[in-house]
Amino acid sequence: MSINGKAYIAGAFEHPTRKATGKTIPQLHAEVAAGALADAGLESRDVDGFFCASDAPGMGGIDMAEYLGLRPRYVDNTDTGGSSYVLAVGHAAQAIATGKCSVALITLAGMPRTGPGPAGEGAFLTDPINPNVPYELPFRPVITNLYGMCAKRHMYEFGTTSEQLAWVKVAASHHAQHNPNAVLRDVVTVEDVVNSPMISDPLHRLDCCVISDGGGALIVVSPEVARDLKRPKVMVRGAAEAIKHLDGGRTDITYSGAVWSGPKAFDEAKITPSDIKYVSIYDSFTITVLMTLEDLGFCKKGEGGRFVSDGNLISGFGKLPFNTDGGGLCNNHPANRGGMTKVIEAVRQLRGEAHPAVQVPNCDLALAHGTGGYLGSRHGSATLIMERV
Amino acid sequence: MAESSEIAPERDTAPQWRSIAGKLLIQKCGGCGSAFYYPRVVCPFCLSSDVGWFECKGEGEIYSVSVMRRGEPYALAYVTLDEGPRMMTNIVDCDLDSIGIGQRVAVVFKDIEGIPTPMFRPAGPA
Repeated sequence: MSINGKAYIAGAFEHPTRKATGKTIPQLHAEVAAGALADAGLESRDVDGFFCASDAPGMGGIDMAEYLGLRPRYVDNTDTGGSSYVLAVGHAAQAIATGKCSVALITLAGMPRTGPGPAGEGAFLTDPINPNVPYELPFRPVITNLYGMCAKRHMYEFGTTSEQLAWVKVAASHHAQHNPNAVLRDVVTVEDVVNSPMISDPLHRLDCCVISDGGGALIVVSPEVARDLKRPKVMVRGAAEAIKHLDGGRTDITYSGAVWSGPKAFDEAKITPSDIKYVSIYDSFTITVLMTLEDLGFCKKGEGGRFVSDGNLISGFGKLPFNTDGGGLCNNHPANRGGMTKVIEAVRQLRGEAHPAVQVPNCDLALAHGTGGYLGSRHGSATLIMERV
Repeated sequence: MAESSEIAPERDTAPQWRSIAGKLLIQKCGGCGSAFYYPRVVCPFCLSSDVGWFECKGEGEIYSVSVMRRGEPYALAYVTLDEGPRMMTNIVDCDLDSIGIGQRVAVVFKDIEGIPTPMFRPAGPA
């Protein structure tokens, strides 16, 4: 059974805050839920499916469903790190296609910048009940050096350069200058990136994403519900997921789980990468984008460095516009989980509602991809393909 | 494999594994014959619980490395053991600016919270 054509993204909302002083995480979940419902033209009593992940306070979806006053007949709190919210759209489409719900709400919120977040990302690296932790924690893996090892190996195998990685940030900054909510709005150059302080070899400060408070929400609905709504229609064409890990020591960190989720999503959508007009690619670091584009088939393996160079990812200039909101690299990385904002900007593009300076003309097919966890050890991958109909 | 009886399974394995100072032990599956890492009570390739320990030569080469430059620099790495599996570790006892992928390394045990822990230093000239 395919989900192609069985569900529509009817509502999308990105919280405008990047520094939520005085707010709480449940409050942010409520504000983004209300924002997405208003965008769709629906009300909270219409929601019969609730999707969240471990950023949501409480036990699975139970406590937040109570706080939000939801009475879902379908619940899913699959956690694959920052990719959870891309994956959730596919899961919501499955639930809708099988009649388990008809209006699915997906929420994300967090305050890593100003407040205490939920246990969150760091806990996965330090909790001794996690069986890999005792064999890794003594060596001090943090997020930056795990991604740094990926970049280093990619450079070794394929000749990728720091300047090529820098082009990913440069493109994101060109887009972020038009986003009044973006954390970093200044356009940067390749020289700015490679001359910024080294964090963990070979990743510089400007190869890293921002840390921001905030959140976002999506409403996924059945074709019957979508028919009566006023907003432009964004149909789910294909979705797939994968988990990649260290494979018992047969470790290869030159590719991501996108090598598995990408082809399956394209198969379901019955299109190929050359059909895609816009991509939202999870950009925790510049290397994440470069490797993901290769793994999804937008260029050959090892050619990602050349592919992202010379402005090829800049809307209105390059062949494959990406992250036109400025992405996690410049705009927003709420809860340290970037999947939600990837879907939201893709929806804006498909509706023709991106900033005019970055709107892709005739944007009818878009892809969003999430990488959740750690590219250099274990992560979840989720690929979502959407069409404006 | 005398060492196997000294190491309790799962949650308590890691400190005991690290404390077998001077010996770098990894596991091999009696069912499918695969060597694997990190240690656990089942084989990650066939889920057999017939797993045993064996001592590695303690040599290998750097698969990848990243030097953390914030605070006191240290090198996180994956080392490909000559026995096959890759393991996360640190590269130590050397100029961190001089190390690179492909370099031969040898195990050296460093005290972490009172437990000797396998890290690697550049191997001497062949």
